[in-house]
Amino acid sequence: MNMRKLISGLEVTGIYVVVLIMMAIVILPLLFTVGSSLTQGTSMLSSRMFPANPTLDHYKWLFTDPESYYLIWYKNSLIVGAFTCLFAVAITTLTAYAFSRYRFVGRRYGLYTFLLLQMFPSLMAMVAIYVLLMVVGLIDSLAGLIIVYVGGQIPVNTWLVKGYFNTISRELDDAARCDGAGHLRVFFKILLPLAKPILVVVALGSLMAPFMDFVLPKIILRDINNYTIAVGLFQFINSAFAQFTNNFTRFAAGSVLIALPISMVFLFLQRYFIAGLTSGATKG
Amino acid sequence: MLVRNFSAHSPAVAAGLSIIPGLGQLYNRQWMKGAFFLLFTAACYFLFADFMNIGLWGIWTLGTLPGTDHSLWLLVKGIISVLLLLIFVVYYAINLVDAWKEARRLQSGALPESFRDRASSVWNKGFPYMLVLPGTLLLVFIVALPLIFMICLAFTDYSLYNSPPRKLLHWVGFANFRALLDMPMWKDTFFGVFSWTLIWSLLASTLQIGLALMLAVFVNDPRIRFKRLIRTVLILPWAVPSFVTIMIFSALFNNEFGAINRDVLQPLGLYVPWMTDVWSTRGALLIINTWLGYPFLFAIFTGVLQSISADLYEAATVDGGNRMQKFRFITMPHLMYALGPILVLIYAGNFNNFNLIYLFNQGGPPVLGQNAGGTDILISWVYKMTFTTQNYNMAAAVSIIIGLLTVLFSYYHLRKMAAFKEEGQRS
Repeated sequence: MNMRKLISGLEVTGIYVVVLIMMAIVILPLLFTVGSSLTQGTSMLSSRMFPANPTLDHYKWLFTDPESYYLIWYKNSLIVGAFTCLFAVAITTLTAYAFSRYRFVGRRYGLYTFLLLQMFPSLMAMVAIYVLLMVVGLIDSLAGLIIVYVGGQIPVNTWLVKGYFNTISRELDDAARCDGAGHLRVFFKILLPLAKPILVVVALGSLMAPFMDFVLPKIILRDINNYTIAVGLFQFINSAFAQFTNNFTRFAAGSVLIALPISMVFLFLQRYFIAGLTSGATKG
Repeated sequence: MLVRNFSAHSPAVAAGLSIIPGLGQLYNRQWMKGAFFLLFTAACYFLFADFMNIGLWGIWTLGTLPGTDHSLWLLVKGIISVLLLLIFVVYYAINLVDAWKEARRLQSGALPESFRDRASSVWNKGFPYMLVLPGTLLLVFIVALPLIFMICLAFTDYSLYNSPPRKLLHWVGFANFRALLDMPMWKDTFFGVFSWTLIWSLLASTLQIGLALMLAVFVNDPRIRFKRLIRTVLILPWAVPSFVTIMIFSALFNNEFGAINRDVLQPLGLYVPWMTDVWSTRGALLIINTWLGYPFLFAIFTGVLQSISADLYEAATVDGGNRMQKFRFITMPHLMYALGPILVLIYAGNFNNFNLIYLFNQGGPPVLGQNAGGTDILISWVYKMTFTTQNYNMAAAVSIIIGLLTVLFSYYHLRKMAAFKEEGQRS
């Protein structure tokens, strides 16, 4: 009996050791970033996880220095996010409503096409998107970026919303129709209010995309005044005259400011994400 | 209303008249509809005839006068013209079938519907199409058009030295694909990058899944406390935007200034050229990718583990099963079942993980005799060819290969997914 207790104790200790090491590996890089953003001086060589004389200078610099574009980038990301969110929600819910509630010629092939298009990585067409936008004159404009975002999210989100609409009982629509409600009224008064959770997911997803995505803005935007946050921060540490060595602490401050709100939202919503993922996985 | 007999009404005549859209409908006494078809056809003709004429000529020749004809514009117009032509063919077919069907209905003795009835039936039947229209249009122009355009580019000679408006493009058939397989300059790079891409996606995915599995099982152990705290911390890498963490890691792994060489390895007397040696960079990328990607799987595995009913384990205990057996025959099957549908996501995601490769050190370090860096995967090589060397035609050709591989693999996998099957049967 004692032997068994000993083995069990060893096992638990082993697990704790592994988990603690893993937690350290997760936390240390993040802590290092926060520490760097508070370090004095701009060099990476001097940045420490626990700076001796913490300072908020770099945050101040981001917001007040005339050389800093941080607020402009933030505003750009916000504009792109807001418009993408608006159009994405409007278009995907309408499309999903049709696919979920109506049986029409071409419905099945439409759904298959959506599924197929969803598999193509959007990156794959980057050559074409770049050349096309150049030809149409939308290169280096926020409008071009918004259009590409809205179009790209349609297949995935339509499937998502359609799946959710399918779980709302059709008897509700039928009852409303008996009472004389038309196509649009059923949509606005019954489906949309009941589908709020999935609408929040779609809206948040498209609102946050421009804050997290790097590739598309990098391809489409050229002028530093048009950058979104991600491209801007990359520029910060990769431009010819400002390498890691002399801009790192400012970069760290900018990163913290963007990562903090997004992580908060994520951790707040993660229960729903995970519930959705596992129910999707186990129920098929 | 006057009762009239339409028994002499001929469907063949109606369809024949509708060779000019609208006339057949007029013959069927559908005045409004006939007028609409006539007007719509005329409008289409006046609006699009010139455009389509140029477009179809353009996509065939790609222009004849260097400096005047812009091949790219002609190509775009050409693709749009082909799409319009397809839409018009569908419209034309609908018009013919409609005239024929309505004539049949009248012939069999039905009365022409009143305008009000028809308007409401058009509203009801057309409603779903109106809902789908905006999304479909966007999809066609923003997702499908670029894809078609890219496929076309792969069959042209569009590159830095041959670019409009100064020069004309030409159709070159499969020459670009042949160059990828034969021409020494392209061949070596292509096979080098391709094999690394495959190794990368296999290793990267396996490491992510392995670590996630181990941690999920460990943390789920009933003897472990502070589960919520541990899980929240372990999920953090998923919560922080990945472009930020990749750039941070890129700084941490920096050969001279990075904290890893400076603070961790130096005291041990070690030095690893993370940024300049091919295999060291690959190792660093695998480490970072595991760090970034395991939390997603960890969350899923944890959810599954929590949902496995305790009864199963109790029953196994009663039957004398030991811990290994319980793990093998109860836990693992559940986990693998949940992993199935998302496996393709993981592999495809790593196969096309542009962000990590590019943000870490732009696919570097450079390799002698190749025009791609040592860690470039296909997709980041495409980026280089587009924006650095401007070999647009080759970039498009490689993109097609990526797309075909991804779609074939995903399609094969998705066919097995329950949701997909069910949707197919229901509609």
